Amino acid sequence: MQVFRKVSLGISTILFPLSVFADYSWNFPTPATPMALDTLHVHNKFMLISMAIFVFVLAIMIYSIFAHRKSKGFKAVADKAPSTAVEIFWTLIPFAILLLIDFVIMGIPAYHSVVMMENTREKADMVIKITGSQWRWQYEYLDGDAKGVKFVSNLSTPKEQTDKGFDGKKDEHYLLEVDNHLVLPVGKKVRILITSTDVLHNWWVPQFGSSRVAVPGFLRETWVQVEKEGTYRGQCKELCGKGHGYMPIVVDAMQADEYKTWIATKKDELAKASAGADKKWTKEDLVADGKGVYEKNCAVCHQVNGAGLPPAFPALTGSKIVASPIFGADGKYLKDSHLDRVLNGKNVMPSWKALLNDTEIASVITYERNALGNSVGDVLQPSQVKAARQ
Amino acid sequence: MSSTTVAHHDDHAEHPTGIMRWLTTTNHKDIGTMYLTFSLIMFFIGGAMILGIRAELFKPGLQLMNPEFFNQLIGVHALIMIFAALMPAATGFANWMIPLQIGAPDMALPRLNNWGFWLLPPSAILLTLPFTLALFGIGDGALATGWTFYPPLSVQGGIGVDFAIFAVHLLGISSVLGSINVIVTIFNMRAPGMTLMKMPMFVWGWLITAFLLIATIPVLAGGVTMLLTDRHFGTHFFDAAGGGDPVMFQHLFWFFGHPEVYIVLLPVWGFIPQILETFSRKPMYGYKAQVYSLWGIGALSVVVWAHHFFSAGMPVPALLYFMYSTMAISLPLAVLFFCWIKTMWRGSMSFETPMLFTVGWIILFGIGGLTGLVLADVAADAQYHNSYFVVAHFHYTLFAGGIMGIMAGTYYWLPKMTGHMYSEKLGKLHFWLTAISFNMTFIPQFFLGLAGMPRRIPDYALQFAEFNMISSIAAFTLGFSQLLFVYNIVSCARGGKKATDKVWEGAKGLEWTLPSPPPYHSFTEQPVIK
Repeated sequence: MQVFRKVSLGISTILFPLSVFADYSWNFPTPATPMALDTLHVHNKFMLISMAIFVFVLAIMIYSIFAHRKSKGFKAVADKAPSTAVEIFWTLIPFAILLLIDFVIMGIPAYHSVVMMENTREKADMVIKITGSQWRWQYEYLDGDAKGVKFVSNLSTPKEQTDKGFDGKKDEHYLLEVDNHLVLPVGKKVRILITSTDVLHNWWVPQFGSSRVAVPGFLRETWVQVEKEGTYRGQCKELCGKGHGYMPIVVDAMQADEYKTWIATKKDELAKASAGADKKWTKEDLVADGKGVYEKNCAVCHQVNGAGLPPAFPALTGSKIVASPIFGADGKYLKDSHLDRVLNGKNVMPSWKALLNDTEIASVITYERNALGNSVGDVLQPSQVKAARQ
Repeated sequence: MSSTTVAHHDDHAEHPTGIMRWLTTTNHKDIGTMYLTFSLIMFFIGGAMILGIRAELFKPGLQLMNPEFFNQLIGVHALIMIFAALMPAATGFANWMIPLQIGAPDMALPRLNNWGFWLLPPSAILLTLPFTLALFGIGDGALATGWTFYPPLSVQGGIGVDFAIFAVHLLGISSVLGSINVIVTIFNMRAPGMTLMKMPMFVWGWLITAFLLIATIPVLAGGVTMLLTDRHFGTHFFDAAGGGDPVMFQHLFWFFGHPEVYIVLLPVWGFIPQILETFSRKPMYGYKAQVYSLWGIGALSVVVWAHHFFSAGMPVPALLYFMYSTMAISLPLAVLFFCWIKTMWRGSMSFETPMLFTVGWIILFGIGGLTGLVLADVAADAQYHNSYFVVAHFHYTLFAGGIMGIMAGTYYWLPKMTGHMYSEKLGKLHFWLTAISFNMTFIPQFFLGLAGMPRRIPDYALQFAEFNMISSIAAFTLGFSQLLFVYNIVSCARGGKKATDKVWEGAKGLEWTLPSPPPYHSFTEQPVIK
């Protein structure tokens, strides 16, 4: 009994440091979709096979290392090359084993996984479109009750926490929290169309087991079917510039009734925003709203104070484009004017046409022209932006 | 390598001394030494970059650098390590050892050889200059797209991208020139009686590498040139708005990029069995099987490229094809592993530093290979792709499989090249420090990847903190352990116990019939192979 106690004491001493990581994941996070479950099974199975091969081969080698040593006086066996027939026989054994593992044990389930992963259209209950941009995601519901719902999802971790040298306490979901969550109904097969407005991005939620690159100018597709209510987090996983680490994904999976309520609130918000575009705004209100829009969308490159990061990201303070008039004599906006640049973008500057609504564009432009050390003095009304879109 | 060590090469050994010797040399040994020295210097520059990154990733939050600079470090680290550290090291060994192993007096094209080397320093400068220029306010730093240059990000990028494109062009020309030289040398200058199937395995490995380089480098050069014209001359190869496709670049890049892995590894697979037979005191097992396997891997390597971007979207038949063809690489590789272990089996082994590195290499490269097999599975790849799992996987193949292999080769041939024995005690210490800290660096990264940490992010969520901290501490240990490597090499070059001609008790091959160090001009009369 003494021996047992000593052994168990020894084991627990070795394992103790591991218990620090007790709540740490050593494998994929808990799967939430059939595809993630399948991936986990495939991964576990392959890892077991790999480990078995590894341990088996290693055992032979280690045995040889200890047994066939010169220092133990072991003499090398007869110094002659094996005959070709014997050689072929022996070398075909590992070949055959791997053939079986690759194309039968691993190959057959892998085939079914691929077919399942790529079957995006069959029995899809709804379709959403995801658009990646530097450095945010936009979600649009294309059919069903939620048709027309469309919003942008930005990182919402406070900026001071992500700043260089911040040493205080970070939020629980540091870098994995956004302002607008994507909401999906539980148990429904959702076909996802994915594209990008600028560079490559990759929409990845580990618990969904699906990841697809967003390619500008092309539509790619994948699908998810979330089986359990909850909040799921992921990140962009294709290097997309300096904000690559700052465009997380948060998905809420909801039961049907909750989902319906959410749609109603979302539609209400959209209607209000659209109504706001038609009324006449005061300069003060636009500047006040514009500050929020600016800090959420523009400050990452042009900086909170408008100083920019030249040469890649020019300063807005004292900018020629900001200081010049927006509209020409004919009432149309001018090429290379402030509005043109925000709506259509140029080079690194993205096009904001699809990402911001009329009120947001009007307020952010008015803010940039009347704050950040600029005082152009004019006001851009949301209705003018609405007209400019046509 | 002083000219007084060996008496019988007096009249042919006239060459300039001092700096002019190194600038003008066309001698294969001198050029080999320059390649190896260059590689070692670049290994430390690339290493310093990654230590900057590991320091930044030590804990969550930004501490040392902004994300732009972080992105520049990761891409330039990779380009330097692959093109300026690993490949020149392999070419250095080719220059030194191919003529010695096949009984030739020199490489076939000595002036080309000189040119091939002198293209390297300018390209290293091109890669790193944008960092310096940015300090003076010119441009916004080096390439910030990762080493893969993916458009449209690389079309958007600053002058760093142009510098990197031209650096890749120069490095590519250098590699192609070196490859032509290797092929011509091997086909024309073997000692009488050395048929192809009697060539040392290292020569075989390099021959296949040379063919792969000539086949794939032009595709990379074409790809990055198209990128250059997209950036500056208004073409739309990779821009959908003009009828192009960003994913096409990935096809072009990885048509080069995947064989590149084998380009780096094949020379190592060549000398590993030679080291094994030396220290097992027993001929290598399955010479023919190994040669055929090397050819098989070389051939397969050019038809599997798209497994690097399964999630970029592809038709199902293409996914299946690239999955199964990738898995097929494990078949010849299994034969190689079997032959290596069978060479050790019932030998009379001793464990000097080169053998230690070789045994460690087999184990660690085995981990790299097996995780690669799992990565081939398309569905699972959706999870692994671009996560830290992949980072760990390719460091097992390229650091363990590549650099630790090169270290084994260095300790194996160092006494031959310098004429002195290195310190066995320090060599073994270097091995154990490297092997342990390497595993401590990258095993946590497997778990980080599984837990969902993407690669190439400058800052990360709190749940990834512990593993990153372990990885960073180990990475610094790994980095500083390499100072021991330099110390071993330098002190061995400067003096120490005289090495015998054969150096190792079980050594076989023509290079061990020459004095240590070999005379400046060797094999002026070709030996005859029975």
